[in-house]
Amino acid sequence: MPRPPSPSIPEKEFVYGALKQSLRIDGRAMLEMRTPTLTFGPELGWVECSLGKTRVLAQVDGKMVKPPPERPLEGLISIHSELSSMAANEFEPGRASDQEVTITRMLDKVLRRSDAVDKESLCVLAGQRVWHIRLTLHVLADAGNMLDCACLAGIVALKHFRRPEVEVVGDEITVHHPSERAPVPLSLHHTPYCLTFAFFPDSHAGTPPVLDPAHLEETLAAGLLSVALNAQRELCVVQKAGGVPLPPATVMDIVDVAVQRARELDALVERALREDWAGRDVEVR
Amino acid sequence: MSLVLPGEQVPAQHVNLKLGPGLLQLSTGNGQPVVISTRAGEVMRTAKGNRWWIEGNSRRYVPAPQESVIGVVISRSGENWRVDIGSAHMASLDGLAFEGATKRNRPNLKVGSLLYARVSLAHKDMEPELECFDAQTRKAEGFGELKGGFLVQCSLKMCRLLLDPTHFLFPLLGARFPLETAVGINGRVWIKCNEPKQTIAVVRCIEAVDPDGGGMDEPAVKKFLGTLDV
Repeated sequence: MPRPPSPSIPEKEFVYGALKQSLRIDGRAMLEMRTPTLTFGPELGWVECSLGKTRVLAQVDGKMVKPPPERPLEGLISIHSELSSMAANEFEPGRASDQEVTITRMLDKVLRRSDAVDKESLCVLAGQRVWHIRLTLHVLADAGNMLDCACLAGIVALKHFRRPEVEVVGDEITVHHPSERAPVPLSLHHTPYCLTFAFFPDSHAGTPPVLDPAHLEETLAAGLLSVALNAQRELCVVQKAGGVPLPPATVMDIVDVAVQRARELDALVERALREDWAGRDVEVR
Repeated sequence: MSLVLPGEQVPAQHVNLKLGPGLLQLSTGNGQPVVISTRAGEVMRTAKGNRWWIEGNSRRYVPAPQESVIGVVISRSGENWRVDIGSAHMASLDGLAFEGATKRNRPNLKVGSLLYARVSLAHKDMEPELECFDAQTRKAEGFGELKGGFLVQCSLKMCRLLLDPTHFLFPLLGARFPLETAVGINGRVWIKCNEPKQTIAVVRCIEAVDPDGGGMDEPAVKKFLGTLDV
């Protein structure tokens, strides 16, 4: 099916009516997020993140390449994400819908342009060899808010990944196998988290915004505001493409809520990574 | 009985054999007809052995005649309405297929209305056709437009369970608060209660009892309802 039919009139009226009474269809509070579940794979840098029924798989890969001549001292990071029909019926590979373009651009801004990864640490031999880190994201299922799930999966995969240790003597580069020397984590400046809020018609008359919209809420929203920030209260990206106009006070309140959620997410991610690392057996002979 | 995959042969034998959903009769080269399954599931039959069918679960609806479904009106093409019932093709509903409808007196449907209709014609390569009245009596019998309320999607097995009069869920919920519901065999259930939080409670119970989403049993649902505010 190329495009899903828009929701029926009873569904629309019910959702708007319930939101006026601060009731959500899945029983969550208005500013409550679904608890993310992180599953790490056997390889380092492979993580599946699920927010309720929305699932995204992220994988990080690294190889050494020759850097472009205009930036000889920095590594390269590329993000590849594609929405296949596995996510939902309406996505087709090759034809990028508006939603897919928004997700790709937001991922680029949050994970690459915010300088989360220290690119200078990826340089091995200036002008000759740098690391090219490739992050691939697959959306497995769409039950609303794929963007937050994808950003979370991406940043956790980058934190989980370990690249092989490299020794440089003069002009000679020796790449050590993970079984000889323990692989090294990527150097991250900060950890951005993305949080999406949905707004509905007549928000000034009393329908408050909703955090982490489900599929039906996302389709019926009159506007979406995505805020990406880290646990140190530093804003990375604020994206609002069209939609219902918002007064500045509302935006400031939203950012405050986002700061709190980002802190909670940070604690959750750190705990999950620690537990996984403790259970992993990285032998160094 | 036994679990089968699509394409397996099923030993269905009877003088007055009737094949239900999921079974197909093919004639082999040597003239003897064989019965094979077209869906994955458990092979079931009545006590007498004359009706056989496959009981399985899925979410994608395949239309079959005489089934009651819930559809969403997509567009209008001339006198007919195109309705989405969740199948591979959109269904078509004649504008006059309602009780007491004449050329001058037609029901006023809009794009996005919900309908409870009966599948009158369904072949695998054609568009299915719907009608909003009972074929014999030409009366509405509950079919027609559904106003208000909310729609929830569930698996096909769950719909069949909800239509079973001995299933526990609706009597349990109906004892707590009045509710009106229409169950479509295409995986959609329409619910209408007096208060939004009651409707939301019903939706969450249906999703919890769904075999796809965990399959809660009666005591667990009672406990779950206790945590909700109804």
